[in-house]
Amino acid sequence: MDLSAINPFLLLCAILVSATPLLFAAVGELVVEKSGVLNLGVEGMMITGAICGFAISVNTGSPWMGLLAAAGGGAVLSLLFALLTQVAMANQVASGLSLTLFGLGLSALIGQGYQGIKPPEFPTFGVVVAEATAERAALVARLDILVFAAIALTAAVWAFLKYSRAGLILRAVGESHDAAHALGYKVVRIRVLAILFGGACAGLGGAYISLIRVPQWTEGMTAGIGWIALALVVFANWKPWRALLGAWLFGGVNVLQLNLQAAGVDIPAEYLGMAPYVITIIALVIMSSDRSGAPASIGRPFHASS
Amino acid sequence: MTGTLLKIEGLTKAYPGVVANDTVSFAIAEGEVHALLGENGAGKSTLVKMIYGLVKPDSGTMTLRGAPYTPSEPRAARAAGVAMVFQHFSLFEALNVAENIALGMENPPKMRDLAARITAVSHDYGLPLDPHRLVGDLSAGERQRVEIIRCLLQSPRLLIMDEPTSVLTPQEVDILFQTLNKLRAEGVSILYISHKLEEIRTLCDSATILRLGKNVGTCVPRETSARDMAEMMVGSALHVPERAHGDTGEVLLEVSGLTNAAPSEFGTALKDISFTVRAGEVLGIGGVAGNGQDELLAALSGETRGAAETVKLKGEAVGRLGPDARRIKGLLCAPEERLGHAAAPDMSLTENALLTGARREGLVSGGFLKWGAARRFAEKVIEAFDVRTPGPDNAARSLSGGNLQKFVIGREVLQRPEILVVNQPTWGVDASAAAAIRQALLDLAAKGAAVICISQDLDELMEISDRFGALNEGRLTPLRPAQGLTVEDIGLMMGGAQDMEVAHV
Repeated sequence: MDLSAINPFLLLCAILVSATPLLFAAVGELVVEKSGVLNLGVEGMMITGAICGFAISVNTGSPWMGLLAAAGGGAVLSLLFALLTQVAMANQVASGLSLTLFGLGLSALIGQGYQGIKPPEFPTFGVVVAEATAERAALVARLDILVFAAIALTAAVWAFLKYSRAGLILRAVGESHDAAHALGYKVVRIRVLAILFGGACAGLGGAYISLIRVPQWTEGMTAGIGWIALALVVFANWKPWRALLGAWLFGGVNVLQLNLQAAGVDIPAEYLGMAPYVITIIALVIMSSDRSGAPASIGRPFHASS
Repeated sequence: MTGTLLKIEGLTKAYPGVVANDTVSFAIAEGEVHALLGENGAGKSTLVKMIYGLVKPDSGTMTLRGAPYTPSEPRAARAAGVAMVFQHFSLFEALNVAENIALGMENPPKMRDLAARITAVSHDYGLPLDPHRLVGDLSAGERQRVEIIRCLLQSPRLLIMDEPTSVLTPQEVDILFQTLNKLRAEGVSILYISHKLEEIRTLCDSATILRLGKNVGTCVPRETSARDMAEMMVGSALHVPERAHGDTGEVLLEVSGLTNAAPSEFGTALKDISFTVRAGEVLGIGGVAGNGQDELLAALSGETRGAAETVKLKGEAVGRLGPDARRIKGLLCAPEERLGHAAAPDMSLTENALLTGARREGLVSGGFLKWGAARRFAEKVIEAFDVRTPGPDNAARSLSGGNLQKFVIGREVLQRPEILVVNQPTWGVDASAAAAIRQALLDLAAKGAAVICISQDLDELMEISDRFGALNEGRLTPLRPAQGLTVEDIGLMMGGAQDMEVAHV
């Protein structure tokens, strides 16, 4: 095998790209859970965002419209979850699971006829990693604005939760909805807004896969990243920067195993393929010894009269 | 006392099946401490919720300083100068003191300025607080200070206090009363709800008494005896528990060197607890909430297990046995938390009766439930303890706190325990129901059972216990005969108010 074919800077860029969809979904879910709601439908909202973004992008010819549609699609699907759990008082775990199943089915339905199509190209910029030499062409890493947007979003969510009054209220609602209600805060309204934000973020994460990283549409192409995002939030102890680290770890192992596969390492591809999931979970479990960030009211239904 | 601050006329609020407030009228003068008295379910909470804008009245008017006052939400009430200290604290354990206070303010200043103001105001009123501590680490008394400071920072005209002293040591009550007197001198009116009539007699200028949602009278507490006020609340003569002093018998329960780690982040570790209880004896265990009461009950009931020799039942080591095995041997417990610990909220009373009574009452046979027998047992509890409910098929959640408490205690008492451990048996229960529960505990002891009563209500402990000890930071003080103990003695045993400042460092 030839490990010298792996260029470190190229690898770093690939990691950033690989981590971006996971980071979007995880940061969105982090806000939802901080408000005291457990939405297990991340995978469903991601895949819905992926197809909504893809379809609108293909039909309008504008990748930006596609991103907007992806965020909208994810948010609309999460609104369904919000209605079920916040208004109809349905069980959050069951509603979230069915949201994932519904999202997977819905995306497959919308996606009929979009298979094998190439979406309009998303503007990326190349970073020359190594000049062209006599033996080979120049190495160019391709990055895009969303990679940085995801990191900026992480910073924004961190600052929002830590420094802003609205963030304090959101944490208070997640900590004790009865106490927040007694102080006159609108628990249901705050939670619905958080759920919508989480849905939009998951949708963006999904569209990043279908519009930029792959870029094409296949059924079930989010491949469990939504579930990893859920695990990431818990193991990152509901702290945005730790979620970023976890996402990079996942992206890193993912890119590394692809490179190893390409380099022809003598390990079956199936083992390499599962490595990112296994290693991320193990690392996060080790990291998450304290649970101080856990919102105390998570998953508990709130009814004003009780 | 210049003029009228708040005037309430004909306030009515009905819920499906019950009229919580029926044309209630009264007035609070400026700079007056006004007591609101009544049994559980008399409508006190609904009334103050209407004043604080959490509940909208069906009819009637409120006037604040001559202007119509119709708060649509707590925000509006706060803007009008009405603040409230809640009975069940409206605090967030994972947030720090300053954040908790900011959440209760309309336009909080920057965190740094707020922290400085909290320190300043809390010292002015003799309620020292560190703005950066996590509320989860504070004692009940300190948590209440957070609530009070939160109100004071908004310069209220009317301060509503719902049962503020139920969790405080006597010394802390003194400090609180000094603060309230200072506020009164500054012209702030206080609406004060409490079951403790002696407190009301020392603190309040006037009192309004509610019974079944109606205003049944007013009085000047200083000139009225506690007994008369209690009878006005109940509407009939009050029964005071009587004790027949019997001889104490053999040692039924022996606890020695009981040491347990804290079960959770906000729990308390038990440290080397030793005591014995004899047949026919009532042991009272006092202490401020969060000093190991729940943990001690769990260790006695078998929810947490330790070394076999630490808990001995009639000489037999049972430290390793679980709750069911201990129950069969005659050790029964009624924990404090009614909904979720002592009773399963969404299960019927029959099912709840089954949950602890299955073994001793023979409600199961061969793994199958005997529903008929279970129902008869539940009905027996309901009748013997005057639990007010349509029947045993109602969910535990549907009962008022006091009624469910009677059911929970009655369920254990009727299983003929040899040793009964109760935690806060009359918490949030009105005077007549509390008297009935205390009487049942005394009767049980008179019949030769050993009773351990863990409580924060000192009057209750003095009324029923033969010997008294206090829990402080998970340690039990040496036991002393209850007769002859003064309130000051007890306060010192409980650790007093000053020690609490350093207690959590």
